[in-house]
Amino acid sequence: MKKNKAESQKRRTALAARWCILAVSVLFLIAGAVKKEYLEVLQKAVRICLECIGIG
Amino acid sequence: MHRDRIKSAERKKKLSFQRICQLAFAVLINGYMAGFLKGKIFTGSSKAICVPVLNCYSCPGALGACPIGSLQAALGGPKRHFPFYVLGTIMLFGVVLGRVVCGLVCPFGLLQDLLYKIPIKKITVSKKIDRPMRYLKYLVLIALVLLPLFFAGQTGIAPPYFCKYICPAGTLGGGIPHLLANETLRKAAGVLFGWKTIVLVLILVFSVLIHRPFCRYLCPLGAFYSLFHRFSFYQMHLDKTLCINCKKCEHSCPMGVEVTKNINSPECIRCGKCKSVCPVHAISAGMKEKESKRTDE
Repeated sequence: MKKNKAESQKRRTALAARWCILAVSVLFLIAGAVKKEYLEVLQKAVRICLECIGIG
Repeated sequence: MHRDRIKSAERKKKLSFQRICQLAFAVLINGYMAGFLKGKIFTGSSKAICVPVLNCYSCPGALGACPIGSLQAALGGPKRHFPFYVLGTIMLFGVVLGRVVCGLVCPFGLLQDLLYKIPIKKITVSKKIDRPMRYLKYLVLIALVLLPLFFAGQTGIAPPYFCKYICPAGTLGGGIPHLLANETLRKAAGVLFGWKTIVLVLILVFSVLIHRPFCRYLCPLGAFYSLFHRFSFYQMHLDKTLCINCKKCEHSCPMGVEVTKNINSPECIRCGKCKSVCPVHAISAGMKEKESKRTDE
């Protein structure tokens, strides 16, 4: 009985953490979009990164 | 006998589902085929989007951005800021799918899977070595975040240390195709390219002998997803009331997970092999939380 209770509590905590992480990640994405960070990603990604390919 | 044959056929069918997913995503993520012929990279707006896997944005075929490269660019770039966009993207994939992306989406994972199929005597890494080695990827992840903060060049810009010195996907997907297509780059290749080629060759050779060594021990993105794995919406479930403890699941697991003890281990890439070999269908997977008979904690 006690084990079941503990397990159910554990499950509830994991579920809460899951939704919290989801909310935080969506907030981060929105913040990144507002700050136009995707343009920075684009700028980097449309040029050949010499370090990445082992040249620079 | 007949039943066994049917089961074996079913197993093959399910395995091929994984392979189809991997191939489809590899083509989808690297769909700019003209880039390979011209030796140029795609410059469309889709490159503002981070793909969920380690796929170099300097690969001529890449249609999206590499999250690890983008993370390093944000942390070590001239503007240095908290990488909301990149972190938000990988956290979102992590919390929804966990390491499913490693098992079904990653092109470098596919390559390792195919290499392991080469029929040669395999190495069984003893637990004493394997367990501590698995923490290496977390060290790589921490170093990747910390190094750019403390070791910047004179310009104040830190190089993408992981991409520069380790990333085998960059050498294979970006370096080799570019060097083949571009003479100037070929002439510029030096010690660094030699080093990266050695790293790549070593990882490929070990991939023939050990299943997914890069995913197990080095991949920082896999390490990142592992942190969210336990909380992800997509979970594996083991019904212990059905389990007959035959351990077929554990023998078939490419990542060496102790399925009956911890089915949602951070090492699990959710490829579904354990599920497909289970003779009593005690293993299931999905987004839904199982309320009854769930004993996978």
